[in-house]
Amino acid sequence: MSQLSLYQETVQSRFLLGTARYPSPASLEKAVKISDCDIVTVSLRREKLGFSHHNERPGQSFWSLIQKIGVRVLPNTAGCFSVQEAVTTAHMARELMGTSWIKLEVIGDEHSLHPDVFGLVEAARILTEDGFSVFPYTTTDLGVAERLLQVGCQVLMPWASPIGSGQGLSDVAALEAMRASFPNVPLIVDAGIGRPSQAAEAMEMGFDAVLLNTAVARAGNPIQMALAFSKAIEAGHLAYQADCMEPYKGGMASSPIIGKACLG
Amino acid sequence: MTILHVNGETRPLSPTLTELLKELGLGDAVVATALNGHFVAADDRDVATLRSGDAIEILAPLQGG
Repeated sequence: MSQLSLYQETVQSRFLLGTARYPSPASLEKAVKISDCDIVTVSLRREKLGFSHHNERPGQSFWSLIQKIGVRVLPNTAGCFSVQEAVTTAHMARELMGTSWIKLEVIGDEHSLHPDVFGLVEAARILTEDGFSVFPYTTTDLGVAERLLQVGCQVLMPWASPIGSGQGLSDVAALEAMRASFPNVPLIVDAGIGRPSQAAEAMEMGFDAVLLNTAVARAGNPIQMALAFSKAIEAGHLAYQADCMEPYKGGMASSPIIGKACLG
Repeated sequence: MTILHVNGETRPLSPTLTELLKELGLGDAVVATALNGHFVAADDRDVATLRSGDAIEILAPLQGG
């Protein structure tokens, strides 16, 4: 398989995995390992105050686990509703985790978690000027995508459907149009994938990678589901490279007509 | 009244962010800080003077999608 390059960094796996909502830290660790992913997403949240043992502080023990697993982190600005919040969160993330990568979320609607695309472009502009490598969580709107590229984004992350919904590719035509419009920009489908078949479909369409969380973490068996997604994403990418056949209206015999016996 | 709002909790006033983190047992923790909505880098915590009513956020890496 060809390698994917994100902000001049080569990554082996085309599967980016979220770290939230697993039944236990152990299942998170196993899911990440079996998925063979190179990149996991993490959030920033309030640390527990007061004196307690290092491992009793949620953030400290979580960070120890991520470092033990040894994967690259992509911090997010999840839950930010304003440009100011997102920019501040990004700066905090960069210092904490020692990476200028940031999954930029500026949420516009608290129910659908639809991105605020105007705030997104503004925050992306500010953060790019501040030296960040911005991975914007966006829609399939081509105008917004163009603006994000203009302000310096080198990767785009369109949603398939709302975060955590598992609805899959809710607008295939829009995703196809986005892929066709930006053939040379790494495009990562982020959010809404519920099943491995949907991830495979996105990869067959030529998307460069898939980012998901809930579909693995909330599966009956998260570890096996992580493996299933890993295989589906790889299969979809192989299929894209192999160039799928065009659909044909009607049936077409695959066995040759010539040489067919006359038996009746 | 001299108080701080730290991660949404009311705390007594500390002179600086560095002092506050020490008092909270977070002097060596992997945390990032913000004062009244603005990022304060670790190197600037010594000079980040706190005043009554200030809102401080002390954040750590946690599970996220």
